[in-house]
Amino acid sequence: MRLLQTLRVAIRALLRNKLRSFLTTLGIIIGVSAVIAMVAIGEGAKARVEESFASMGSNLLVVLPGSTTAGGQRGGFGSMPTLTWDDLKAIRTEVPTVRYAAAQLRSGAQLSSEDQNWGTSVYGTTPEYFLIRNWPVGIGSTMSDSDVESGAKVVFLGQTVVEKLFGASADPVGQLVRIKNIPFEVRGVLAPKGQSPTGQDYDDAAFVPLKAFQTKIQGGLQQYISGVIYEGAVSSSSTARAEHQVTELLRDRHHIRPGADDDFSIRNLTELASAQEEGTKTLTTLLASIAAVSLLVGGIGIMNIMLVSVTERTREIGVRMAVGANPGNILAQFLVEALTLAIAGGVVGIVLGLLAAHHLAARFGWPVLIRPDIIAVAVAFSALVGIVFGLYPARKASLLDPIEALRFE
Amino acid sequence: MADVPLIALQDVTKTYHMGDVDVPALRGVSLTVDEGESVAVMGASGSGKSTLMNIVGCLDRPTTGRYLLAGEDVSTLDRYALARKRNRTLGFVFQSFNLLARTSALENVELPLLYAGMSTRERHERASAALARVGLGDRLHHHPNQMSGGQQQRVAIARALVASPKVILADEPTGNLDSQTSVEVMTILQELRDAGITIVLVTHEPDIARYAARVVTMRDGRLQSDRRQEALQASGVAAETAGSLP
Repeated sequence: MRLLQTLRVAIRALLRNKLRSFLTTLGIIIGVSAVIAMVAIGEGAKARVEESFASMGSNLLVVLPGSTTAGGQRGGFGSMPTLTWDDLKAIRTEVPTVRYAAAQLRSGAQLSSEDQNWGTSVYGTTPEYFLIRNWPVGIGSTMSDSDVESGAKVVFLGQTVVEKLFGASADPVGQLVRIKNIPFEVRGVLAPKGQSPTGQDYDDAAFVPLKAFQTKIQGGLQQYISGVIYEGAVSSSSTARAEHQVTELLRDRHHIRPGADDDFSIRNLTELASAQEEGTKTLTTLLASIAAVSLLVGGIGIMNIMLVSVTERTREIGVRMAVGANPGNILAQFLVEALTLAIAGGVVGIVLGLLAAHHLAARFGWPVLIRPDIIAVAVAFSALVGIVFGLYPARKASLLDPIEALRFE
Repeated sequence: MADVPLIALQDVTKTYHMGDVDVPALRGVSLTVDEGESVAVMGASGSGKSTLMNIVGCLDRPTTGRYLLAGEDVSTLDRYALARKRNRTLGFVFQSFNLLARTSALENVELPLLYAGMSTRERHERASAALARVGLGDRLHHHPNQMSGGQQQRVAIARALVASPKVILADEPTGNLDSQTSVEVMTILQELRDAGITIVLVTHEPDIARYAARVVTMRDGRLQSDRRQEALQASGVAAETAGSLP
């Protein structure tokens, strides 16, 4: 008997007990939809973590100046400026795993346009900074080296600042903004960047070239960098190496004896990101294994019903054997029935799982990532469940004695 | 091959094991049936006639002795080979019809062809023809529960003959039918015999055994008698019964 005919016989037999077939597949449906929904949500969460870390900048390392210890009181990082401009230059030229390095000086300041004002963070930096942070300009032009060297009084605004000072969708390029009452020309508006992993609004900031910042906003050049150094490693795999090399370089430059504490601190944000990712992965695995257990329970449900079905249809099996069905035909028939139940449950489960994932995502604002491989695995797994749990009942049917089966009431 | 008997049982025994007790059902039966014969097997219940039918029908294997079906020794075949014999060489008609419920007459009749691996179209044609042959050409799509007992038994006969078997084994085919329908069923079986199909019939009703040209009686697992007779023509009786109806 051909497979297609076996399938038709199986489907007909299942449709004869529609409700029972449905209830039997329910276990598989729930299991598969749970797997699909959980993994989709888990992957979405993971993607969101990745996205938010990527928005901070790619392969990012941040060097913070060291702490002071005065009278037993230890100040936090940045309480004492220990990083010099020469340190920055050395990092740029001597560390091969660092592609870009830029200083970032910060000052809180009140900005005002013609009719509005807004308090925000003003940063002084150099063009590399925007490369490190993956932050292109939306409208206008980018900061250039000549802007820095000439000490030009120009400013690059974040999206939020533009909205507060000029209104949404305004084009402020060419207009004047006063920072601490000093007029700066708006040269560009940065592309929207969104929130940091901790919810801080990246777009609520204004950037001026380093030299203008030092002279006009900070007031005077200094030997030490009163801010932090941002570094972009050449690749995500080399951030750890870059961290190590910069540490060695700075310890050497600051004449720190072996065993003594660093007078600076390096934050490796790529590592932080992968730790976060690890967390979501664990969660996804946990949810998926719970779902797998429910799939197993679904399989047991199929076996249960198939055993009932074999007993119920003993006489039918006898008739089929009498007219020429061999044990293989009977085995195939019941196996295909179990498999049909399992795969039908799997397909319905996938559809429901996707719907559930989308619904939850829409409701809670999570991104959803559908992984085709997970769908394939879910189908394969439910087919496997069908075979494993269908085999015993099918084998039992195929081993029936035709005479006994025909006599069965 | 006319000299080879279609069915040849040589000193066949069958013993069932019921726990520790051995129950002999057949104690050495030798029987030959030629192609085209019609044989009625009679006997009280427990005489071994059902066991004999099961062995002749390749549903069971003898404990000792040999069974040659169309010259081939089938007493040692495995379950797969026996299934093939049942499919190609034998046809069964049961007392309780044994049709698949909620399945149309056509599909019931197609069943043996399904296991023979025949294509859908060919199955349809042959099953329709078989149903027409038993007078049910207009009831192809009726389900068993929409048919009378006589009609159901005719569907079963169509199923038995659809694969062109050499032998049709009928186990109390009229046991669940009234006398008039019994005659109808016997008419069909006689027509099949006239067409060259060997009929082996198990019955405990002497009235039914009269339609066979040979009557074998069993008792305590052995053949008691084996006699030939002038078979009663069922078609004549059917006409007679029909004529006598008001």
